Formats: sequence, structure tokens, C-alpha cells
Amino acid sequence: MNDETKIRILQEEIASLKMELKRKEKQLHELRFNKNLKSPCSEDLNTEEIARYSRQMLIPDIGVRGQISLKQSKVLVVGTGGLGCPAALYLAAAGVGEITLIDNDEVDLTNLHRQILHTELDLGIKKVLSAFDTLTSINSNVKIVPVHMHADGTSLQKFLEDNKFTVVIDGTDNVATRYLLNDLCVINDIPLVSGSALQMEGQLTVYNFNKGPCYRCLFPVPPPPETVTSCGDGGVLGVVPGIIGVLEALEAIKIITGISGVLSGRLLIFDGSEATFHNVKLRNKNNNCEVCGIAPIITEPIDYEQFCGAKAHDKVENINILNSDENVDVTDFSHKFKNNQLLLDVRPELEYQMCHLPNSLNIPFSSIQKCKDLNDLETEIMEKCSNEGSCVYVICRRGNDSQRAVCQLKEKFSSLPVKFINIKGGLHAYSKLIDPSFPVY
Amino acid sequence: MSELPITIGFGGGAELLFDNKKNHPVSLPVKDKAWKIGDLIFWIKDNLLKERPDLFIQDDSVRPGILVLVNDTDWELVDTVNYEIQPNDKIVFISTLHGG
Repeated sequence: MNDETKIRILQEEIASLKMELKRKEKQLHELRFNKNLKSPCSEDLNTEEIARYSRQMLIPDIGVRGQISLKQSKVLVVGTGGLGCPAALYLAAAGVGEITLIDNDEVDLTNLHRQILHTELDLGIKKVLSAFDTLTSINSNVKIVPVHMHADGTSLQKFLEDNKFTVVIDGTDNVATRYLLNDLCVINDIPLVSGSALQMEGQLTVYNFNKGPCYRCLFPVPPPPETVTSCGDGGVLGVVPGIIGVLEALEAIKIITGISGVLSGRLLIFDGSEATFHNVKLRNKNNNCEVCGIAPIITEPIDYEQFCGAKAHDKVENINILNSDENVDVTDFSHKFKNNQLLLDVRPELEYQMCHLPNSLNIPFSSIQKCKDLNDLETEIMEKCSNEGSCVYVICRRGNDSQRAVCQLKEKFSSLPVKFINIKGGLHAYSKLIDPSFPVY
Repeated sequence: MSELPITIGFGGGAELLFDNKKNHPVSLPVKDKAWKIGDLIFWIKDNLLKERPDLFIQDDSVRPGILVLVNDTDWELVDTVNYEIQPNDKIVFISTLHGG
């Protein structure tokens, strides 16, 4: 029996055991929490709820009134990743009545260090379903609505029309979806709690609340796509979106319960490396804003990918810019490559340190662009590629930067009798087709 | 007129264009007219910027997606490029983040 079959059989067994477990858990739950036990003291909260939420109801700003507001509220969390997970976790624990989760992704091994609602056993399953299970096990009073879909204009607009959400939480990972959420929240008059995180830094603010500015008031023009870094490229320390996501939940709770001091018209900038929070004052609402101004031009969702010049996700788009004779696939490469040939790995140094093929030379693409360290390369070429028709194999993570590098290298070394060959699909393809022990990240 | 001591800060990834250094205490040289942020942007380009000016400057201002803060206040509230820089001001250029 091969491993794949074993995995499938185990998954089926676990699924059936889980059903049995759920049945027993439900029995235990019913015996332990009598949901119908009506409190003699409150019309709106039952005996169990009063005990469960007592610690937060003791805060004067919340009280019974605030707890009832939470119970009656409906929150939409867009993205169940690094921000959406901690945000939804605390909202569910706090007793928000209904939480809708939207995400079209599945759980991946690279998510687990920060997306804390998902466990090792959830790998490959829809994030919204994994989040549903965790959130329900923490608080079964909360209605969790998992929606596996891509947040595009038409579907989301209908969704917001059909449900009267009290607050929307932006836990997305790309600029296009951030504009989309902003515009839809303005059009449907819903406050938007917006957080973001990368590496050791995070940012948080609330848009479209109490006559404060919206995202477009601040950023009428989207950033150039090449200036936008994803977590998959720049990296992110798990705690950082954790902190920002938890703060998103805090702002949502303040909005729902009517606590003053909502982070509207202000931006909180967190720098984890220096352990600093900066609270800065933002501009006022722009009366000429295209969506929230006096005479709005945008009254329904637009084409956000076109507007931003970037896709509405943070995955990498593959390119194909070389002639076919400048490419080799990983299978051919693994047959042809000899130890005395030159293999150039153009990934950033940190990625090279994580994992690399033996006998490869690392010169990052950014250095090639700046013509840095090219002398080293020239020396290596002179040493290893003395034969007529020699070639230098160029590899990177997914096979895109290696193509760009080949374009630049063949110009820069046009005088040398050497050919630069791109390894198609990069190390991802190598791991998939040649050596699965090579890490995919 | 004497030199104008200020602190220039970069964050949110903008520091990558400046040798990965977030804080730059500088003294702006003496000049005839008052120093405005509009002048400062070009001074930064000539004196601090290490690479890719297009990722910092666009159309005589900062590129879209960079917030400029003058003493923790959005520069829109203090007349943007026309703000006259005062001694010991802290002027920060924050690139907005989009990851999650």
C-alpha cells in the first residue's frame, strides 16, 4: 500500500471517528450547559451566558447592555489567515452573535505559524471549515457561517445587501481586495476595521466610521504593484499579525458596544522589532473622495484588479519571457547536470540559507540587477565553462526571477562563450518531480 | 540662518531603500528660503536614497502608498509639500502594508 492510499484511508477513518466524537461531545455539552435555562434576571442572556461573559460584563464600559449588543451583532471577517484567525477567535470568545468567515483558500503547512485556528490535521481542507470547527469548540453560542468563496465585487455586494453586518474586519492579503472592501463598506454604510502585517511591523485603523476617512480618502491612488510585498515573499513573524488581528477584534467590540475611542481617523503603527506602538493622527474625510465624498463617482464595485494593476490575491503570477531553447525542465536538468557545471541560484540570501541544491552558487537577482558580485560569477564562469557551448543553469524558487536573471545575464556577459539556461518551475518543480525531500516554501 | 536639525524616519518597508536604516538624524544645510517638505523629498533623494528613486518619488512628491507624518500627524493636515520644517521635527515616511 503506498503512502497516498494510507493517508486517504486514515483520513476517512478519522472523519468517521470525528463524527462519533462530535455526537458524544454534543451529549456532554447538552448535559453540562442547559441552554434553555432561562435566567430569572435577564430577558436577553441566559444563565450560562451571564456566567460565561461575567468577567467582561464587569467592565463598566461593557456591562449587560454591551454584552447584549455583542450577542445581537453580526460581524463579517474577510480572510481567515494571520489576521482573520486571531480576530475571529476573540470575537467568538467574547460572544458576538454571528460571525461570517469568507476565504477561498485551503490550509497549507506555511500557514500554521500564524493562522492559529488551523491545526496540523487540517492541512489541505478549506480554511473556513477548519476555522468553523475551532471557533465552535470555543463558543457554541456563536453562529459561525463559513463561506468558501473568493471575495469579488458582485458576490460580496450581494452578500452585504442580504446580511446587515454591524462591522466588517479586513484580514485580506492584497491591495485590490482592500479597495473592494472599502468601497463596499462605504456603499453599504458599515464600519471597516482594517489591519495589515509584514515581517515585524503591523498597521491598524478603522475606516468609514463616524464621519472619519475611508481607505480611498487616504490612498486615492493605489501603490505601484512592484512596491507591494506579500507575506510569502517578505516573510512575517506569526505574533505580529496575531497582535494586529487581536486589536482588530478589540476595535470591532468597541464599535459594537458603543465604547468611545475607536481608532478612526488615526493609524496605529506597531513595530515589533523595537516594541513600539505609534498612534498617529490621519487626515479628515475627503469631501472629494470618489467613494465617500459629497458627490461619489463610485456607487458600485469596480474592476479592482485593473484599478490596482495587480491580482486580488497574494499568489505569484508565473511569467514566460524566454525562448524555448533558453529553458530546461527539471527532469532534463537532473539528467544533464554535471558537478563541473555551474548552477546559479538567484534567490535572496536568506532563502538560499534555508535550503539549496549542492554545488550551487548564490548571487541574488537583486544583486544581478545592481551588477553586484558579478565578478565572482565571471571568475566561476571562466573556471567552469571553458568549453565551447558550455552553459550556466539558473534556478530560483518558482522559475520567474531565474527567467529575469537569464535576460540580464545574457546581455551582461554577451562577450563570453556561455549560454544561460533557465530551469523551468524552479525549486518548486524540482521538489515536486525530482526530490520531494527538498523543502517547498 | 543655521543648519536645521531634524530626524527623518522610514517604516513599513520604505527603510529598505535607505540601507535598511529606520532613523536618520540629519542637519539640513543652510539655505536662503525656508525648508519645505517638498525640498526635503529631493534632498532625501540626493543624500539618503540608496536605490530605485521611482519607488520613493513620483511626480515631485512621494509615490502612492507612502504616508508622510510630521510629528505623528498626517502631512495632509499641515499642507503637505508646503509645510515649513521646524527645528527638531520628526518627519516619517511610512509605506503601507498589505499582508495578512
